Amino acid sequence: MTIAAASSRRTTTALLVGPAAIFFVLLLILPLVVVVIYSFGERAPAGGYAPAFTFANYADLASRGKAFLNTLTLAPLGTLLCVVIAYPLAYFLALKASERWRTLLLVLVIVPFWTSQLLRIYAWLLILGHKGIPSFLALIGFDDVRLINTPFAVLVGMVYGYLPLMVFPIYVSLEKLDRRLLEASADLGASPWRTLWQVTLPLSLPGIATGSLLVFILLMGEFIIPAFLGGGKVFFIGNALVDLFLQSRNWPLGAAVSLGLVAIMLVTIVIYMRFVLGRGGDRRVALM
Amino acid sequence: MSKFDDTSMTSRRFMQELRRYQKGSVSRRHFLGVTGLGLATAVLGAAVPGLKPRPAFAAEDLGDTLNFTTWPNYFAQSNLDDFTKKTGVNINVSVFGSNEEMLAKLQAGGTGWDVFVPTNYTISTYKGLGLIEPLDLKRLPEFDASSQDPRFVGPGTVDGTIYAVPKDWGTTGYVINSDKVKGEMTTWKQFWDRTRGDLSGRVMVHDYQLTTIGNALKYFGYSFNSIDPKELADAEKLLIDSKPHLFGINSDYQPSMRNGDAWMSVCWTGDASQLHRDIPAMQYVIGREGGEIWTDFYAIPKDAPHRNAAYAFVNYMLTPEVNAKEILAHGYPSTDAKTNALLPKTVLEDPILYPAKDLLANLEFGAAATLTNPMRAEIMNRFKSA
Repeated sequence: MTIAAASSRRTTTALLVGPAAIFFVLLLILPLVVVVIYSFGERAPAGGYAPAFTFANYADLASRGKAFLNTLTLAPLGTLLCVVIAYPLAYFLALKASERWRTLLLVLVIVPFWTSQLLRIYAWLLILGHKGIPSFLALIGFDDVRLINTPFAVLVGMVYGYLPLMVFPIYVSLEKLDRRLLEASADLGASPWRTLWQVTLPLSLPGIATGSLLVFILLMGEFIIPAFLGGGKVFFIGNALVDLFLQSRNWPLGAAVSLGLVAIMLVTIVIYMRFVLGRGGDRRVALM
Repeated sequence: MSKFDDTSMTSRRFMQELRRYQKGSVSRRHFLGVTGLGLATAVLGAAVPGLKPRPAFAAEDLGDTLNFTTWPNYFAQSNLDDFTKKTGVNINVSVFGSNEEMLAKLQAGGTGWDVFVPTNYTISTYKGLGLIEPLDLKRLPEFDASSQDPRFVGPGTVDGTIYAVPKDWGTTGYVINSDKVKGEMTTWKQFWDRTRGDLSGRVMVHDYQLTTIGNALKYFGYSFNSIDPKELADAEKLLIDSKPHLFGINSDYQPSMRNGDAWMSVCWTGDASQLHRDIPAMQYVIGREGGEIWTDFYAIPKDAPHRNAAYAFVNYMLTPEVNAKEILAHGYPSTDAKTNALLPKTVLEDPILYPAKDLLANLEFGAAATLTNPMRAEIMNRFKSA
């Protein structure tokens, strides 16, 4: 290879990668550095950040333990519920729905996204509030049932809000599925359930994994849904962060809490990829 | 912003259509149909500022936008609409839940606010941090210091300079739905005891350190404004104990009280008047131990982008006729004698707006130290995270 060719290739590479690299450095790396620096600082007298070097903010993370716990139980649970509800829907859309209806049905899945998320959460506020579902329950003898401002309400909101993000990746992976494998499985005497369990499900694992990661990461950082449907009772790390920055103005502790969240996410995601994706790969090999 | 973009888009399209019409490539009917006569007029108006109808304020350019930051259920929409009609200035209202939240936004900068409504105890801090500007009283002819009740105007003046003019005053007590909450309720002790007792799951407190911590302090008979570490520790313990028994933590508690989810809530004067007006079973209690009395003010942030409109708006809101309509709508008492002269006797004798003297005597104005006190900020945050 000539020197000219090599340098022109370098130029091409720089042009291709450059914009993304600048974007990442300016909008991800630099802000992250600022957050790390802040996390060792002190709260300024009137709130905000004052330079210092202390680990006090990290030592104080335990004081937000309940918020971490709420986030770490409800976000995975919400993700799991999304999978359980989205899978049959995606299966139906990919394998059972007729060509004529499929596009329309897919559009219907995404239609709710066309209105503001805030508006849709407000609607749930009314549905789960005293004059909503509880008033119907009262008619059949269950008085004073309280749904709003409970973990249940937050879960409903999360599943409702993020279901489409789970349906689409699973749908795509099922749609690509080689139907001959299903026929082969049936020819070899497997029951429909066994085919689902040993052929369809393993082959659609990448879709489940993509959808789960998407939903899980967003749920971990969620704060609007717990704020509205949890009413200050079901507090997420996202809510603690909003409060630390926008009410109590303790930026250093806020920075430490947000880095704590990032650390937990990284660990969870790595474990998740190892186990779920790793096993999916094994099975695929075993199938062939 | 988007509004502006829309207009400039439309004016360009309008000009194109006009040219097509002039050249004769489209009919007059098409031209009117595409542009719409009203739309065309609006675009012409936007293109030529002198054409905008602004009879009362023709002397100065007010722009077309005002960003007004205030509290929930705290203004008469008809007054805002009238101001827009008179001046052509559209008002964007944003609503906050606590003074601390307002301070945090102003500290972060670039709020775009033109007028906001700080409470008495915050103004000296805003001045100290250089976040608000001294008011040019020449531009507020409707503000008449001599007709203001001297109990309430003081905190608007810092070092002899007026930084804020009073909007109205009020108290912080609690509201009960007497259909559900039986038995006499007169104290903060009862409020917190019954929260953890028969009213479990039905009580709300503000998402606001001053009133939530302050009224927990009153349970022990401490000052509403205490920043004593031991007293605050007692209050925090009470708050954390009570947390599982609360229905919610929110400064906009009217919806939950109205629909029956909540039966009792920490409450400001005007919310109590509004609730009681619509649902007579809603009753307002001022704790015998004391609590908060306050004044809210109009102030203008230093970087207000629409300063002319801000002055025009504050002046308009201080006009006794306008202010009287405000009072009738939001149900907080006025600080201004000229406004009171226009109000019916029923309002001026309403015990929700004007509590008995012996109850008022125990109330405290919020203290500036509570706004920036790190312990109070942290306790509120821990209470919410608990």
